[in-house]
Amino acid sequence: MIADDVTTAALEVRNLSFSYGPKRALADVNFAIPPGFTALLGPNGAGKSTLFALLTRLFTSADGTITIAGHDLSRQPRHALAEMGVVFQQSTLDLDLTVKQNLLYFAALHGLSGRDAAQRAETALARLNMAERADEKVRNLNGGHRRRTEIARALLHDPQVLLLDEPTVGLDAAARAAITQHVHDLAHDGMTVLWATHLSDEIQDDDHLLILHQGQLLRDGNVSKLRGKTPLSNYFLTLTGPKP
Amino acid sequence: MRWLPALFAIMRREALRFVHQRERFISALVRPLVWLLVFAAGFRAALGLSITPPYQTYITYEIYIVPGLCGMVMLFNGMQSSLSLVYDREMGSMRLLLTSPLPRWWLLTCKLTGSTVISILQVYAFLATAAAFGITMPTVGYVAVLPALMLAGLMLGALGLALSSFIKQLENFAGVMNFVIFPMFFLSSALYPLWKMAESSRLLHNICAFNPFTHAVELIRFALYGQFNFAALAWVLIATAVFGALALWGYDPARGLIRKRA
Repeated sequence: MIADDVTTAALEVRNLSFSYGPKRALADVNFAIPPGFTALLGPNGAGKSTLFALLTRLFTSADGTITIAGHDLSRQPRHALAEMGVVFQQSTLDLDLTVKQNLLYFAALHGLSGRDAAQRAETALARLNMAERADEKVRNLNGGHRRRTEIARALLHDPQVLLLDEPTVGLDAAARAAITQHVHDLAHDGMTVLWATHLSDEIQDDDHLLILHQGQLLRDGNVSKLRGKTPLSNYFLTLTGPKP
Repeated sequence: MRWLPALFAIMRREALRFVHQRERFISALVRPLVWLLVFAAGFRAALGLSITPPYQTYITYEIYIVPGLCGMVMLFNGMQSSLSLVYDREMGSMRLLLTSPLPRWWLLTCKLTGSTVISILQVYAFLATAAAFGITMPTVGYVAVLPALMLAGLMLGALGLALSSFIKQLENFAGVMNFVIFPMFFLSSALYPLWKMAESSRLLHNICAFNPFTHAVELIRFALYGQFNFAALAWVLIATAVFGALALWGYDPARGLIRKRA
């Protein structure tokens, strides 16, 4: 059930394992994701956040390799990180700064400044329909708009890969649907997106799907091919739910 | 990849954060003033100070403790910025910093520079207020002290960074107050000259002489009189290197001290 090697993949993970002391969080995970929308589906505690922490190099593992846009994350971390946009599960916005100030701070962390940075911030905000909120303080924004700000920010440096760790947590249904659709649109434009979630209704039929359970990758493939005629939520539950 | 924008952006963020916390600025100013105007006034009678370098004449206790209080401002600020790092880590904004494609040592250096600049501004605000109360230094001292403050700030900031990588949670920060700030301040030459310490206890004197904060204070003290204390400088440089190395080690992703169940 594991897909064949895709050498052109913007994000590739090989033989990745990780343990917290004696507790194994990821066991020999292998996947390569194609351009477009890939959903990383797994129940709570499946290892999604650990995988994200490894993908974003918050910590590293001696077992396995992660390649981003052709750069080995452990050997060329800075090249790899430069090609990656990340939206963390927990908000990382500065509440006392405006939307634009938040974006410019991030731009500077990527070596961008001046007109170039301002231009990119404008474009990224427009892409997420946030242009008119550029000068509002983040504290005054609702959850959905904060998330959009974070997605706009993650796109600022034109990354090849966009990683999102449960980005709809805490949003109401409308905002959740809107954000999900926005990111699908980005993926249709050719971006490589990895979207971690435990909610099967955020996934569309032509998406690529990875199912992670108890640190192991159970499935890797096209959603409609994998699930056949079974609704995705049932398919997911059968795989990961409590065994009868 | 350009490195300088990150330095300016991180410094700007530190400055904005400081401006937004008005209480922090006021307490940073009031704390040393309370020591200067209340504590020193009470102690001047109890403590006789003899003439030791850099002083060339008898001085009052108020004059003696000014450099120590400059050090105190920097010590508190260094720890405050490490507190903000632990907070950043809990709130997630640390992740943003660490996923930047710049080298980690540079990002930590930017953070350190930012907090040092804030410390220096506070020290000058304190010196100005002290001068308004008639406690002045030689004019040249106000300029000469700048590089000394820079070094002291880097040293204490690096200590804060190192501590922040080892403190797992915000709640543990009270421990830092009790086990780092207070001993460092009281077991130094900030409040009493070392020779005075030696009179009461040799051991106490030796501890004080080992404490890097003592040397930061002495570096500031000599600089305030336009003089240069080589031994203090060497101590401060060594301590900065050690604390800096510890901080880098603590923030190394392979060691992963920020590794915790996300």
